[in-house]
Amino acid sequence: MRRPRRQATPRQPHRGSTPNREPAPRRRPTRTRAAGALDTWLLNHARALLFSLGKLYRNASSSAMTVAVIGIALALPSGLYVMLQNLHSVVGGLDQGVQISLFLKRSVDNDALHSLSLKLDTWPEITRTQAVTPAQGLAEFRKYSGFGNTLDALGSNPLPPVIVVYPKLQGGDSAQIGALQKRLQQLPEVDEARLDLAWVQRLYAIVDIAQRAVGVIGGMLGITVLLVVGNTIRLDILNRRREIEVAKLIGATDAFIRRPFLYGGFWLGLFGGILALLLVGMASALLAGPVQHLSALYASSFTLNGLDAVSSLRLLGLSVLLGLGGSWIAVGRHLRDIEPS
Amino acid sequence: MILLQHVGKRYPTGQEAIADVNLEIGEGEMAFLTGHSGAGKSTLLKLIAVIERPSRGQIVVAGQNLATVSNRRVPYFRRRMGIIFQDHHLLYDRTVGDNVALPLVIAGLRHHEINRRVRAALDKVGLLHKERALPITLSTGEQQRVGIARAVVNKPSILLADEPTGNLDPELSLEIMTLFDEFNRVGVTVLIASHDLELIRIMDKRVVPLYAGRLADDPNPTVPHR
Repeated sequence: MRRPRRQATPRQPHRGSTPNREPAPRRRPTRTRAAGALDTWLLNHARALLFSLGKLYRNASSSAMTVAVIGIALALPSGLYVMLQNLHSVVGGLDQGVQISLFLKRSVDNDALHSLSLKLDTWPEITRTQAVTPAQGLAEFRKYSGFGNTLDALGSNPLPPVIVVYPKLQGGDSAQIGALQKRLQQLPEVDEARLDLAWVQRLYAIVDIAQRAVGVIGGMLGITVLLVVGNTIRLDILNRRREIEVAKLIGATDAFIRRPFLYGGFWLGLFGGILALLLVGMASALLAGPVQHLSALYASSFTLNGLDAVSSLRLLGLSVLLGLGGSWIAVGRHLRDIEPS
Repeated sequence: MILLQHVGKRYPTGQEAIADVNLEIGEGEMAFLTGHSGAGKSTLLKLIAVIERPSRGQIVVAGQNLATVSNRRVPYFRRRMGIIFQDHHLLYDRTVGDNVALPLVIAGLRHHEINRRVRAALDKVGLLHKERALPITLSTGEQQRVGIARAVVNKPSILLADEPTGNLDPELSLEIMTLFDEFNRVGVTVLIASHDLELIRIMDKRVVPLYAGRLADDPNPTVPHR
């Protein structure tokens, strides 16, 4: 009578007919369903989020190192980007600084110089002009070059009268400026019209290269972050192999197991991004003083700008995405391999 | 509750763990799976828990044909059964209470509900006072009881146990078995793989002997009951 056949006598004979339903582990409709699928889903996410944060905290030193690597890796391209932005605003200022220097014939006296200057002012392609008499030129030269004594030795003033012409620029159109230069060259009073544009163009080219380089470096360091996070999460998964096996055995879905690891990547990315922001901010603050000093020497009002709010948010967002992406790669690759046996 | 029809399992290595097994365990029944190591006891339990898939035949558990349970649905299927292992598979980095709570956390229960059920399950196995202890500080028998508490905390209708007393002395073993008996009394179907014949004799339950992947000495070995 030890083998109750078919349709299973639910309770075995010697137990009598009054099964005592104890409150403890006996089935009742689980509250899970009552709580609602969405609630459960949110609850699970909130738990995974907090759990992964707690785990970072418990492994504070190794987490800190990972965060530091991410932060530095992101701070480098961000810092370069900030530098580039600042360079842009400097070079942007130079744009307005494109000028044509008209070296006049020595026979032109100061009156003729000023009247020519006023005449050129009326030209539509010219913003403004500035007349420099030989005497003014000499004074300026003496002041800025430090060759005053040498000039004294010359005896006479070697400088011609000069008009500095500031052309109206339309999008840095060099052909137009070249045409203006030619017209000015043909004026009878003009000895030579010199256009100092080439160096501006070269500077632009250099900035372009720098920009491209920052892009490339940023891309490579972004991949670095992806790999660092991926590797950290991979090690974490391998360390917790047992736990994953047990969880799978007692009915954890893949999503449930995946979640804390993904959130782990999220936190690493977020904290790495915050660290990167702090580093860039610190670097900007450290450089601000010397830069101000330098720009004061150039009589410029330029000040160093850090990351603006939008760029900061973008950096944080990118960092979080890299963190999530890295952990996603690791989770996808390694979680599948762990099956209870 | 558990029905196996012409079930065979051959591992990729070529080893045939289960040859041809027909077996029915009724709802609310308690049975012992016996046999030498290598006879296929563990494999049979794994097939029922969908840790392994059979090479041949079909398995129906709680009215569900396991062939129709997709890998995605396996976790939800497993939540309906409690599984107990010889080495109890406890996580040593968390307290006894947290270990027992794991199935409920997975099921997404509320905090207070989890607490309540964990305490009930621990009380049932007589370890309520160890709720905050770490598993490593417990004796082997206590650890096994924590494993049982974790298996039953979700109120499963089926309990599967693979050599649950393998590491225990006879007295503790009997204690564990009595615990299983108590769960069985309230309607849980219990299937235990064990080679402790003395203990099985004391328990006086149905015995399903396995020999080399087949049922041996089964009075009704071929035709499964409908």
